[in-house]
Amino acid sequence: MRSKSQEATLDDLDMHILRLLQENAKQTYTEIGSRLNVAHSTVYDRIQKMEEQGVIKKYEALVDLEKIGAQQITAQMTITTEPRETEIIARKLGRFDEVLEVSTSFSEELVIIAKVVARDQARLHSFIAQSIAPLPGVLRIRTAIVTKKYKEERFRLPL
Amino acid sequence: MGASSSRVLRNVMREEAFYFFTSIGNYTGQSAASLEEFLQKIKDVDIKSLEFHLFREDFEKWLAQTLGDNRLAEEIKGLRTQKVVGNALRDRLYFLVSRRLKELKGASPPR
Repeated sequence: MRSKSQEATLDDLDMHILRLLQENAKQTYTEIGSRLNVAHSTVYDRIQKMEEQGVIKKYEALVDLEKIGAQQITAQMTITTEPRETEIIARKLGRFDEVLEVSTSFSEELVIIAKVVARDQARLHSFIAQSIAPLPGVLRIRTAIVTKKYKEERFRLPL
Repeated sequence: MGASSSRVLRNVMREEAFYFFTSIGNYTGQSAASLEEFLQKIKDVDIKSLEFHLFREDFEKWLAQTLGDNRLAEEIKGLRTQKVVGNALRDRLYFLVSRRLKELKGASPPR
């Protein structure tokens, strides 16, 4: 993880390039350059620099699972733990393929929030009952199964 | 009978314990790692949890496959087929498990 002193300094052009890449990472340097009124070589240099600095971590394909016939359900788990076990449990959760995201959150109490996927409800339940509930320090689990998604974005760059 | 009763009465590992849920993915925080503990939890756990697991055949599977008590599993299956719910379910479950526990303890060799 980069420390504050290692933070990359980005100017407006870098931010514009990032936004365009977020829209479509397959755009060519020329296409991006023409939209921003700069030379494609400038775009190339800026992207190279941001890749080297780790600002751009990777490029990936966003697959429509319905189109490939993959059945999958998504659920949001809220796990209450013994406070001293929270971090250990969060790290363990991160090792499961079924768990896509893990974070800790504090409202009335410190909890772990995890996004989980499974082929169906039966497999989701088995995974939680056999792999998560037995972890030492797990006190309670609440699971909400996603029924419909209205918007999905990975993150948003500052405006 | 002695060998099998000690198998049924043993404490199982964490991974093999029974974890009480009220619905898919909703864990109550209650678990049982032995038949004795299972009996105690029947008294306290949310009735919704007892109904959830009875309907899914989870009790039968755990008793037969993990503890090796096919007889008790069969008796509990009877509650499912009779569609027993609510406090009657808690009472009947408690009765069946406590009776079986008493019987097994009587058959178990002294330690």
